[in-house]
Amino acid sequence: MLLLLLGIVLLHIVALVLLLVSTIVSVWTSNDTGTSDLWYNCSTATGGHHCNPASTGEWIQAVQALMILSIIFSVLSLVLFFCQLFTLQKGGRFFLTGTFQILASLFVMSGAIIYTVMSPEWVPKDDTYGYSYILAWVAFPLALISGLIYVILRKRE
Amino acid sequence: MLTVLALMSVALLGIVPEQTEAIVIYTGWERHALVGSDIRLACSFFSWRWTSEDVTFSWTYRPDGSRDSISIFHYTGGAAYVDNKGPFMDRLEFVGNPSRRDGSILIKNLEFSDNGTFTCDAKNPPDIVGRPSSVRLLVFEKVPIQAGVITGAIIGVVLGLLILIVAIYYLMRFLVARRVFSINVSKHGKKKKEGSQQKQLWTPPPVTLYPLP
Repeated sequence: MLLLLLGIVLLHIVALVLLLVSTIVSVWTSNDTGTSDLWYNCSTATGGHHCNPASTGEWIQAVQALMILSIIFSVLSLVLFFCQLFTLQKGGRFFLTGTFQILASLFVMSGAIIYTVMSPEWVPKDDTYGYSYILAWVAFPLALISGLIYVILRKRE
Repeated sequence: MLTVLALMSVALLGIVPEQTEAIVIYTGWERHALVGSDIRLACSFFSWRWTSEDVTFSWTYRPDGSRDSISIFHYTGGAAYVDNKGPFMDRLEFVGNPSRRDGSILIKNLEFSDNGTFTCDAKNPPDIVGRPSSVRLLVFEKVPIQAGVITGAIIGVVLGLLILIVAIYYLMRFLVARRVFSINVSKHGKKKKEGSQQKQLWTPPPVTLYPLP
């Protein structure tokens, strides 16, 4: 029983850490000379490491907002899980926790989709996707599975 | 002896700040404007001295990508001299108030070639030691959205909706609980009236309230 609980919390925390790394580290696009998005464009082209703020288009700001919202909802879901663990009746389901975690996964999904569709507008063609982008796509199914587990899980004494 | 020391320290306090003070000039850091519009470049200064009659303001302009700067405005001896030969001919106007330490200029009908750095230098004799301050002008066809506006708006709207839903949920729970409370009281009240007509042989039932589970 305790093992199951630890496993679920571990899954949640792994998803949260992936979300944090994906949002904070600015490596959604990378090429030979540098990395860019979400927050900074860093390049080593002109000798030395230079970082400039990323372009201020509407779509990149939407992706920033959705990633931040997904982190907020995932943290809220973790807090709610511990609250409901102690206050829920026997046999009750962790609906609220699951809802928040599923919402977080939906936000990551829409952020990654928006970035995929709109990034050709400001990213040169021969740039590849960086590891932050990949982590965002990995975090989406992890958060979704974690949320579904919460919805299915029943509280036992 | 003590009085001499006190007088000396007062004199030193009086002299030393005057030697280390400097004039501090304030302009903006960056200005954004649309092509064809007018822009007011503000310049003011802080000085420990009173504003003298010989206060001077001068603006110089350095285009983007160039290393030379040219003078475009000078105010001295109570008269303003605007650019009459350079890139701002007939487009520059002095809108400042020197007695209020304001040396702002107005540039009309902006063009893309006006992109560059404008430097304001003010002198308030005898306070002349200071560093000129520069403001960068960026001329756009369409004013871009500032970084973070849309981000903040989306986050604010979603969190606001969340708080609203939570508030409405708790309000509904509170209201439904109150409705149950009032229904029970009215039932017991009717029974009580019938009992008083029968010479009070009937004792009123205890009032119990069922909280909503």
